[in-house]
Amino acid sequence: MTVLRCFNTSLSISCAHRSGGGSTLLGYIGIDTIIEQMRKKTMKAGFDFNIMVVGNSGLGKSTLVNTLFKSQVSRRSAGWARDEKIPKTIEIKAVSHVLEEGGVKMKLTVVDTPGFGDQINNDNCWEPISKYINEQYEKFLKEEVNITRKKRIPDTRVHCCIYFITPTGHSLRSLDIEFMKRLSHSVNIIPVIAKSDTMTIEERLEFKQRVRKELEMGGIEVYPQKEFDEDMEDKSDNDKIREAMPFAVVGSDKEYQVNGKRVLGRKTAWGIVEVENPNHCEFAQLRDFLIRSHLQDLKEVTHNIHYETYRAKRLNENGGLHPITCNDTQESNL
Amino acid sequence: MAVQTQQKNLEGYVGFASLPNQVYRKSVKRGFEFTLMVVGESGLGKSTLINSLFLTDLYSGEYPGPSHRIKKTVQVEQSKVLIKEGGVQLLLTIVDTPGFGDAVDNSNCWQPIIDHIDSKFEDYLNSESRVNRRQMPDSRIHCCLYFIAPSGHGLKPLDIEFMKRLHEKVNVIPLIAKADTLTPEECQQFKKQIMREIQEHKIKIYEFPETDDEEENRLVKKIKDKLPLAVVGSNTIIEVNSKRVRGRQYPWGVAEVENGDHCDFTILRDMLIRTHMQDLKDVTNNVHYENYRSRKLAAVTYNGVDNNRAKGQLSTKSPMAQMEEERREHVTKMKKMEMEMEQVFEMKVKEKVQKLKDSEAELQRRHEQMKKNLEAQHRELEEKRRVFEDERANWETQQRLEQQKVEASRTLEKNKKKGKIF
Repeated sequence: MTVLRCFNTSLSISCAHRSGGGSTLLGYIGIDTIIEQMRKKTMKAGFDFNIMVVGNSGLGKSTLVNTLFKSQVSRRSAGWARDEKIPKTIEIKAVSHVLEEGGVKMKLTVVDTPGFGDQINNDNCWEPISKYINEQYEKFLKEEVNITRKKRIPDTRVHCCIYFITPTGHSLRSLDIEFMKRLSHSVNIIPVIAKSDTMTIEERLEFKQRVRKELEMGGIEVYPQKEFDEDMEDKSDNDKIREAMPFAVVGSDKEYQVNGKRVLGRKTAWGIVEVENPNHCEFAQLRDFLIRSHLQDLKEVTHNIHYETYRAKRLNENGGLHPITCNDTQESNL
Repeated sequence: MAVQTQQKNLEGYVGFASLPNQVYRKSVKRGFEFTLMVVGESGLGKSTLINSLFLTDLYSGEYPGPSHRIKKTVQVEQSKVLIKEGGVQLLLTIVDTPGFGDAVDNSNCWQPIIDHIDSKFEDYLNSESRVNRRQMPDSRIHCCLYFIAPSGHGLKPLDIEFMKRLHEKVNVIPLIAKADTLTPEECQQFKKQIMREIQEHKIKIYEFPETDDEEENRLVKKIKDKLPLAVVGSNTIIEVNSKRVRGRQYPWGVAEVENGDHCDFTILRDMLIRTHMQDLKDVTNNVHYENYRSRKLAAVTYNGVDNNRAKGQLSTKSPMAQMEEERREHVTKMKKMEMEMEQVFEMKVKEKVQKLKDSEAELQRRHEQMKKNLEAQHRELEEKRRVFEDERANWETQQRLEQQKVEASRTLEKNKKKGKIF
């Protein structure tokens, strides 16, 4: 009698086994301890996460990143004057920190793009960013293609790009649409509405609807992409997220006292905007989505899909590998 | 020789103290005009602020503002509204600039605006130089409200460029839009940063005039400290502590528009409408317009070539010379017209004479023709008559002959008869 048994592993690690037409177990073997073994290994190794923030200056990008990781990780805090002038060209600045929580080490790299969209003529301001992303893929590809590979290739690829939308209340700006169109195929884009305490709740809902419609019309696939949903469970989870996107967030690194509790918030003359209050803004949702549930998925999509696309393109380009990848490896055309 | 003016004291009541009242009555009858321009990226709340300032729905559901219409290029749109309050009429014109700063490449997005301002000055200059200037509609832009996005950092390159190009043409009043985004400390810092940058780039924003009145000076100083004004616009009424106020409802509180602690809207409104409207018009007239005018005239006299004539406009000289010239022009025009008309008249006369001659000749010919015909007929008839006469004569002779014959036969008969009897 074959009994169909589906193991209930929600780990999306590639080496997990799923038994289709399994055999009945006569006793406890201990296969499910693999989860524990993996956990130990991961804890020891630690992992990397690279996040990029893009948006006009003054939209609260650095503050949001600080709030997300509850520490001063952004470029701003790494000794940068508050009223520094807007740079004339777009620069890419990456700052790395190592965070530890519950024995798990994470090397977090925040890539900032000051000067994006701030000039009078913003044509091609997405090019430096696109170049940076491709450079990271190139670095990884080179390492992968080496004969003697490192045990753990340092992963500097951008796993997630948070795009900050200006809260005009009307619609997306042409710059936003242009940027997202061009980059949604090389990196996971998560649009968020910055400084959402500008809008009342009705305005916010209207704005979100309009933004979603415009993204649909432009054919822009933001993370989580519909085409990568693996099964019904994923699909329903992601659908809920997609309904709520783009998240309207407020960032703050200051604490205030509200009802006897200390909360992160912004104090205005008419009230305190609580960052973690779901009635006030969707920061908590964003944080849960980004860190608590989809962090690994972001890395996987980057590795399995975006990186593979880049790799296939590169390998097909010159009929083989670019001679610069040394050690005279000539891999055959895949 | 300068005339010396002496101050004399009056011994009785003359009555010219009522002059201001007369001016007031005349002005009220005439009504006032005011043109306001709003510039800023889309989504900064310009239309809402206009609605809040004048408590009218200039942009409402049936007539949606430029924000609801996506624009690909920068355009300049005018809307006029006539509002009345306490017997005083105000013709308010709002000039909106949809599409400003919205494209990916915003170079020269200020050009349509500059062109518009210049064209209004041009219109006024022309109407001032006309001979008949009973009606001089003043459509010059009196004030330009520039909306700065509340980034909290400083001015954007676009802001600086725009203000640098427009501060010499129009009264620029920078405002911080959607100020409910900023906390009070951020707002203070932002304002300081902006003022520093404005001074650094030597941008001349509208300055409030100093008056002799101490009270007013204090108010003016208070306003100056708060520049640029941070405003919030709203026309929705919300209940707060059983008071009805205009504001924006958030889950964490209500941002009141007319509350001085929340934003500087009341200051803006008082300044713009209640105290400095006339001053804005005066500065526009005396400073910006005069600048434009002197630049225009200097260009013309320097070049010697009147570039404007090519565009079909009147020349720009002093009014007297202008009038002389106009008169001369008029006279020459008249003369030319007269000559032309004479020529035409002569030509027409000649034609007519010719025609008449022709018809006379024609008639003559016909007359001749007819006469000929008649004569021919006459001759024919004569001919016929002659023939007829001939015939008659013949017949008569014949008759006589017959008669004679008959007579002869009768006599013969008679003779016979007579003879027989014997």
